[in-house]
Amino acid sequence: MGLRKMGPNKRNLAVGAVMALMTLGLGVAAQAQEMIRRIDNPPPGHPLPEIISGYEFRAPETQALQDDDFDNPGFLWVEQGEELWDEAEGKAGKSCADCHGDPAESMKTAGAEYPKWNEKLGKPINLEARINLCRTENMQAKPWKLESEQMLSMTSFVRTQARGVPVKVQIDGPMKPFFEKGKKLYYTRMGQLDMACANCHEDNYGKRIRSDMLSQGQINGFPTYRLKWQKVGSIHRRFKGCMKQVRAEPFKPGSDEFTALELYVAYRGTGLSVEAPAVRQ
Amino acid sequence: MGVDWKHKTIRACIGLGLGLGMSAMLATGAAAEGLVKYEVVDDGVPQSLTGKPGDAERGRKVIINRKQGNCLACHAISVLASEPFHGEIGPSLDGVAERYSEAQLRLILINAKAVFPDTIMPAFYRNDGFTRVMKKFRGKTILTAQQVEDVLAFLKALK
Ligand code: HEC
Ligand code: HEC
Ligand code: HEC
Repeated sequence: MGLRKMGPNKRNLAVGAVMALMTLGLGVAAQAQEMIRRIDNPPPGHPLPEIISGYEFRAPETQALQDDDFDNPGFLWVEQGEELWDEAEGKAGKSCADCHGDPAESMKTAGAEYPKWNEKLGKPINLEARINLCRTENMQAKPWKLESEQMLSMTSFVRTQARGVPVKVQIDGPMKPFFEKGKKLYYTRMGQLDMACANCHEDNYGKRIRSDMLSQGQINGFPTYRLKWQKVGSIHRRFKGCMKQVRAEPFKPGSDEFTALELYVAYRGTGLSVEAPAVRQ
Repeated sequence: MGVDWKHKTIRACIGLGLGLGMSAMLATGAAAEGLVKYEVVDDGVPQSLTGKPGDAERGRKVIINRKQGNCLACHAISVLASEPFHGEIGPSLDGVAERYSEAQLRLILINAKAVFPDTIMPAFYRNDGFTRVMKKFRGKTILTAQQVEDVLAFLKALK
């Protein structure tokens, strides 16, 4: 486990303790980095009066699991991702590392910036799609299935490099129509229960729906380890679950609809720190 | 949290095999197949959907059941305190029968949006005008006509 690859947290600090003499400066710097989990003055035009990470709505035990990298079960996937990073695959015989080198450098902000515009495809793509493009085009390897162990591991690993970095997605220029599409989906009532994302995550956050305290439905903690799933899951898996809950036919994971929705939801979390892998009930 | 009285002019007659012409009164204009006919008078539905009295005990089960009424997801009800986890999205239903007549409560159950236009509360006896409904629920209501009457029987005792 390379210290260089980890974001700020206790795992880092514990490893740091072993290497304390050599890396004292780095360890201290990492510890000092603050997670931004609440923004009281969102930018003008933002739909929320305050922007709050899902972390703040969870029980202390769940928060504690997330806080400690050794206890956080999501780190199993981060570690698998770290191994995959160095594995050559495909006809080009390349690994991610061959082109991207030190992930702590090359992937320092990517996890905070997706979905991002892709000029060749003429549309925004999310992190999963970006990684699969590297596999098919740059490695000449097969794309990973969404929700496969490999994809979950790599997205967990890449996003963890951006831990602490404030979410910032582009929404203007060519992104605009996709942003508008995502926004429309967010406010469209769907399913037999006839509810929009906004009915729960904008109108009612901070209130209990049965036993669950509703959050703002932010995605800065994804991929997220869910105790209910007993594994990490993607943003689109969560979207799908929320749609099924209101008895709506979900869009397909990886679809343009979910990517547009992801873009819009990412924008709603502008400025929150990336905190993958989050832990949720 | 009061009733939006401007909706009291709603008059609807939605019926099985009855007046397709009248379906224009539905927001969607789609034929509401399979629904028992009911009439909105002022701000309520005075007639029972089934002509039979509801059963409060069955209504209690529907209210608790997460796949049926699931009312506790959003409402607290003190007499059901033994059930875990009452939600906070809507008002407590304690004393609701003092705030509303039977006819008003029936309309709230059938289609809460007729009374609270932007509400999150689902319409329990409506089967059209929705978007992207999952296949197995398409064309169906959340509750049957009898279940609506059963829930109503339970609510009427909340005084
Ligand atoms: C043969 C070289 C090569 C390999 C191998 C490769 N990539 Fe890439 N990758 C690139 C290039 C070039 C870009 C920039 C593409 C662009 O800007 O259009 C890129 C972009 C990315 C980005 C977007 C970065 C950002 O800041 O937006 C991610 C994430 C990424 N690669 C992940 C991976 C992963 C994970 C692997 C291994 C599974 C991998 N790449 C393998 C060449 C490669
Ligand atoms: C009936 C209410 C309801 C609706 C409608 C709903 N959700 Fe959720 N959602 C929940 C609940 C309950 C949770 C788990 C607790 C929480 O984080 O709010 C959740 C969690 C989430 C999370 C995870 C948040 C985190 O911090 O881990 C995301 C993301 C999310 N929802 C997005 C959406 C999107 C996008 C839509 C619309 C397609 C949607 N939800 C519609 C109830 C809802
Ligand atoms: C998704 C949340 C939700 C569910 C599920 C739900 N309700 Fe409601 N209900 C509300 C909200 C919110 C209101 C307040 C009206 C508004 O939106 O302004 C309400 C209002 C009411 C009222 C009027 C109460 C008053 O004092 O004004 C009654 C009666 C009622 N609901 C009964 C029920 C019953 C019975 C069920 C189950 C069959 C149920 N509700 C399910 C959210 C819900």
